[in-house]
Formats: sequence, C-alpha cells, structure tokens
Amino acid sequence: MSRASFNTSSSSSDNTAESEADACTEQTRRALLMSALATTACLACSTQVHAGEDAPGSDERPQKGDLLVFSEGDQEGKPVTAAALSAGGPPVHAWPKDPKTSVVRSASRLNEILIIRLDPAELDEQTKARAVDGILAYSAICSHAGCPVTAWVKSDVGDKEVLKCMCHNSEYDPRAGAQVVFGPAPRRLATLPLTLVDGSLSVAGNFIGKVGGAQPG
Amino acid sequence: MTRKQWLLSGFVAFTCLASTLASTAAVSGPIENYAPVTAQRLENPEPANWMLYRRTYDGQGYSPLDQINTSNVKNLTPVWTFATGVVEGHEAPPIVNNGVMFVATPMGQVIALNAKTGDEYWRYKRQLPDDLFQLHPTSRGVGLWEDKLYLATTDDHVVALDAKTGKVVWDTKVQDYKKGQYMTLMPLIVDGKVIVGGSGGEFGVRGYVAAYDAKDGKELWRTYTIPGEGEPGHDTWQGEDWKNGGGSAWMTGNYDKDTKTIYWGVGNAAPWPGEMHPGDNLYTSSVLALDPNTGKIKTYHQYHQNDSWDWDEVEAPMLIDLQRDGRNIKSLVHPGRDAIFWILERTPTKINYVAGWPFVSTDVWKGIDAESGRPIVDPAHKPMVGKRVEFCPSLWGGKDWPSAAYSQKTGLVYVPANENFCGGFTGEKVPLKPGELWLGTKPEDIGLKTKPGADHFGELQAWDPVTGKKMWQHNFPKSQLFGSVTATAGDLVFVGGTNDRNFRAFNAKSGELLWEQKTNSGIMGMPVSYEIDGTQYIAIQSGWGVDAQRIQDALVTNNIGIEANVPQGGVIWVFALKK
Ligand code: FES
Repeated sequence: MSRASFNTSSSSSDNTAESEADACTEQTRRALLMSALATTACLACSTQVHAGEDAPGSDERPQKGDLLVFSEGDQEGKPVTAAALSAGGPPVHAWPKDPKTSVVRSASRLNEILIIRLDPAELDEQTKARAVDGILAYSAICSHAGCPVTAWVKSDVGDKEVLKCMCHNSEYDPRAGAQVVFGPAPRRLATLPLTLVDGSLSVAGNFIGKVGGAQPG
Repeated sequence: MTRKQWLLSGFVAFTCLASTLASTAAVSGPIENYAPVTAQRLENPEPANWMLYRRTYDGQGYSPLDQINTSNVKNLTPVWTFATGVVEGHEAPPIVNNGVMFVATPMGQVIALNAKTGDEYWRYKRQLPDDLFQLHPTSRGVGLWEDKLYLATTDDHVVALDAKTGKVVWDTKVQDYKKGQYMTLMPLIVDGKVIVGGSGGEFGVRGYVAAYDAKDGKELWRTYTIPGEGEPGHDTWQGEDWKNGGGSAWMTGNYDKDTKTIYWGVGNAAPWPGEMHPGDNLYTSSVLALDPNTGKIKTYHQYHQNDSWDWDEVEAPMLIDLQRDGRNIKSLVHPGRDAIFWILERTPTKINYVAGWPFVSTDVWKGIDAESGRPIVDPAHKPMVGKRVEFCPSLWGGKDWPSAAYSQKTGLVYVPANENFCGGFTGEKVPLKPGELWLGTKPEDIGLKTKPGADHFGELQAWDPVTGKKMWQHNFPKSQLFGSVTATAGDLVFVGGTNDRNFRAFNAKSGELLWEQKTNSGIMGMPVSYEIDGTQYIAIQSGWGVDAQRIQDALVTNNIGIEANVPQGGVIWVFALKK
C-alpha cells in the first residue's frame, strides 16, 4: 500500500468504475413499477390531477366493522386473528380493510395500526376496559413529528418493553393507554377500539385521540 | 398482497397559476420599490445583500462587510427578533435584497420582513397534507429571480411567489410525496432557471436534479443522479438496484459563472449496507458538474465508492482559487461527511484529485490512492448484512450538511466538525415499500456512541487549504456542533450549532472566542450579514430540530451528563453594534 496514504500532493484523477463490494447473491428487492412522466399544464385549476387514483375508500380512516389485516410479513393481507398474537409482544402492523368492498385502507399512512397482546393483569383500568383478551390497537404514527413507531424495546427509563419511535426516541407504554414515558412526543398514541369477530380482529369504533404528529413536515 | 399498486402508476408534473394550496396574509405590505434580481446581480452581488444560499455562487459563505470586526464585536446586540410560530429545525439563511428579508421555515412557510425594523410585510403558509412524513421536515431557503421568489416544499412542489405580495404565481408538482420524494433545499437560480434536487434517500428513491422555468414553472430538464439503462455509469450498478438507489440531491449547488458549470453534491446509496447494492454506485456520494442549460453531466468526482455508512456528500464543494505546488488551481474544496478534507481541481472536462486527509479521526479509511483519489476501505469497519459493524465517525460523519466557509482575507476554511462519535448497525434485507423508511437496518439498531473518556464532541476547525495544516480549533466539551459557518471581512467567524443555545463569533485568525449570545433555542441555521443605511447586521434563525435533535437524543441516552432539553421553536434574530 505504498500509494495508499493520506497526502497533500497532486495527482490526476481516474474515476474508473470498479466494484469493491462482493457480489450480491440474491436479488430480493421488489421492483417498483414506474410509468413514464406525464406533464399536465393548466392556467387556472383548483384540483390536482393524478395519473393513478386511490381506490375509493382506501384513504378513509378506519370504520366500524373494518377487518384488520397484516400490513407486512408472510401473512400480509390476511386477517389478524387473536390466535396469531403472542402475549407480551412484539406488536404486529396492520391496515383496516373494508369487508364489503375488500378495499384495504392503505392509501394514508395515518391508518397504520399497531396491534399488541399483553397480560391483562399488567394493564391499567382504562386500558383494560378497552382491551379484548389483552389485545390493544394503537395508531402506529408518532405524535411528535409523525414518524412510524417501529420498535418494541426495553425502555430507557424503566425495565419494561415499550413502543418506541426511533426518530427522536419517544417511548409509549401500551399498558397505560400508550402514554408517553420518554422523549419529546407531546401526547399518547391514538387508540383504536377493537372487537373479535370469529376469532379475527375488527374495528369497533373511531380512533380515540388525535392521529399523527404535532405538525406535518 | 401488493400494497397500493395504483399509487405507483406515475408522476404528474403539474403547473397551476391559481393554486388553492396557499394562503397569504398581508400585514404591512405590499413591498414598495422592490429591487428586481438579475443574472448580473447574482453573479456580482452587492456586499450589502445576501441573495444566494452562501451569498455568492462559489459557495464560500463569506461577507465582505467589515463594520463589525474583531475589535468591536463584543458590542454586538440584538436589534430585533421575530417568532416564526413553528417548531422543528430552522435551517434557512435569512435572504436579504435591498432592505427586504425573506425567511423560509419548516411547515412550508415564507415570511417577508423589513430587514431594518423586523416589521412583517406578508406571510405565505402552505397547507401541507396531514399524512406528510419525512425524516427532515425543514426548508433551507428561498431563491430570488426578477420580482419573484421560489420555494421547494416538503410535499414536493416548487412554488413561485410574488416577492412584493407573497401571492402564488405558479405551483408545480415535482414528484409524489407519498413515495418518499420531498425537497428541503433552497433552489439555485441561474439565468431564469429554478434548479432543485430531490430528498428522500432513506425511502429508496432515485435522486435527481431538475430545472424549472422561473416564469411559468415548466420543467426544462431533469437529470437523474443514478444513471439509467444506456447512460454512462449505469454499469456501476447491478440488476435493478439503480431504480431505488438513493443519491438524493438534498442541498443547493454552487455555480462557476465563467465555465457555466453547476457543481452539485449527491447523497449516499440506498439502502445503507453496500452489500445490498454491489458496485461503485455512480453518482452516489459524488459531486456532479452539470450544464445549467441542459442538465447534461459534464463530469463528476466520486468521493467514496459503494457507500455503506450513510455518508451523504450533499454539501456542494466550495469554488476557491488556490496557489498550490507553485500553480494556480481552480479548486473544489469539500470537508466531507466521510471525514476526509477533499481538495479537487475543476477543469472544463474533468475533476482531478489533488489531495485529501482526515479532518477527524476515522477507522474506516486506510488511506487514499494517490493516483485515483479513491479512499481505501478497512473492511472490518464496513457495515454488512447479518452482522453488527461499528465505525468511526458515526453515520453523521465528520461534518454533516451544515456548511463550511472560506474567508478570502485569511485564506482559511472553517469547518463545523464532530469528533469522538462512532456508530454502527446490523445490515438487514427488508423489502421496499414506497413511502416507508428503507434503511437496510432496523432503525432501533442504529447507535451513536461516544468514545470512552472523550473530553469534547463539537469542533470548529480552521484549515489552510494550501498547506493542509490545521491552524486552530475550538472544542465544545458538552455538545455536538451542528450549524453552518459564515466568515466576514471583519475577520470574524459566526456559528451556532451547540445545545447550549449560544450564537458565537470567533476571531478568524486566532480562533479566540470573542462574543456569544444565548438565544431562544439551539441554532442550526446559517448566519448571514447585510447592510442597510450604513449599518451592518448579522442575522440567524434559532430553532433546534431534525438531526441536531437526533444527535442530542442519542447523546442523552449515552448518560454522559449532556443537557437533556434543548427547547424548540423558531425565532429570527438580528444583531448590530450598540449605538
Ligand atoms: S417523530 Fe417520533 S419521536 Fe419524533
């Protein structure tokens, strides 16, 4: 490595495109479908024009009677059943789905939901009243700046696991109505009331509390 | 089940002369006698004004004003302040044109003020969608041209406002924010073209730089920073990786008016572990030389290949004329996020490597190949899939996006650096979902560690780019340094960036701390200087958030006695000498 030194002497550049990384053996990435750019100009218009429209109802908030379906993983799109949830977490991520039209309400990220099963004995009174067999559903959107709440980790300030937003480390306790236990988040995560229909989770009412961050980006 | 297929069906560029998205409220406007901005004024700006991101096209961040200087800066005092009404990181320089100040804030807001009195002329507030989500919800400023100003928004539009009234003149959709495309940069204006670049590398986007006609918002060209099939550099990618390869163009470019070449910094490859996108991955972590008329890539230099550390090289290099090794060099100077202080030579057809050295400690590079300028990686500190790998400096690098400055008087480059931070993560293959984070690791697995026994973190450094010698350094024992630097002809260097809310002035020659002032929040904005009626002013936005806040939160969890609470909320501060 005689030439391999940090230097202050001049030399010319040679930007040869030569790979130093090992070859990736597997291409697991999903290819994005992107069509050509379209340009639309108008002189006075009041509504935006989209090349692709969302399916009707897909950006509406969860409705009473919606089924909850896995939003990721092997079971993606399948109904979330009580039997699929192991007590003590971690939470599963879900979307609401209109059982009549089969439309998944995934066109708004504000509809993403965390479902978690806990020991009912650990829940405070109000949270226990909202739980079905220890199962609770919370908005997956952090109330600070709207990042997704992704982690189920030991709290920085306690010995229990908490729902954590890694953007600025806000932590929420799902045993206490997802109240904030650490970090800058100003308020708890919204709760989505649940019921069980033939062993599958269904929405029992509107979100309790505000969904989303304090201000959008 | 496939998610949101119908959302993937394309982008529509959309131009509208009567947008319903904006609301404006005149307070004491409209502005009389506005001074239209011309190519000539941007190329040779009056010392009294600050009309470009770094004041001049060369990106030096230097003001020739010297009324405020080393002997009297102790008398600097606030003359007016103005609350912006929003939280999060306030990163934009207050832009000043003949007594009128335009300030961009988070939340798609622009405020026009009388730069002498602080009285408000008008305010533009964009109605942002509720479901908007970015990792960097901010704005780095507005560009000026003729009698309009231009804002790149976080919901991925470019908006033209009437400079006198704040009314929307046109509003063009660039791409779809729901797919993770957004913008935070101050548009670069060159000869009636509004040039912007896309953010969103963490969402697996394909980066680009694009130009819009300043008159009507029509797109003139778009150049992807990740070359597609048939384009030079495409063979540095394998398979389909290029389609979501990152390479965001987060920041404003600089411009060589003599050769009519734009120099634009390009971000890292996506997702983070290089193993997931084998190859050099052009043009990620590079500087591109672009023709402003066509967007054509004239040449480029890649600082480091196959990035695996989240080391965006998004700050455009400064254009500085240097005397090195007995010859005049038209240089590009870039203290990199990759911890290397780069000196390159720009020629009309090629960028040459001249020199490079680490300006903070790093265990990632074993050296630089003197012929090619390629840094040589230590594989033990290159993140990979399935194993936790630690590296120094942290993923925020030796210096993140906050700008360095160059003083034409001292000949020194001033760098807001961070030392004694390391990081690491475990690479993990995760499927891409448009609009969702796609890092190639779990966010909860990312760490910031302080080196044991570290006696400081932030460093304001002064380097002689000719000799490669560090001339002075000021250490911040209990804080990161995350704010842009500005130098003035009064031999002063201004910077905020620390978690104690202070704004500071240093002696540019000696590094002596000459003045400091506590502000409402932490400062991550860019100091500017301007003059009205014979008085020199210094202006800055104080408003902590975004990555300064993230580093802060990570520091607190390291339990090293760092101040836990840095208040948020934006205020524009303007200073002058006590009369
Ligand atoms: S967005 Fe969740 S902590 Fe900031």
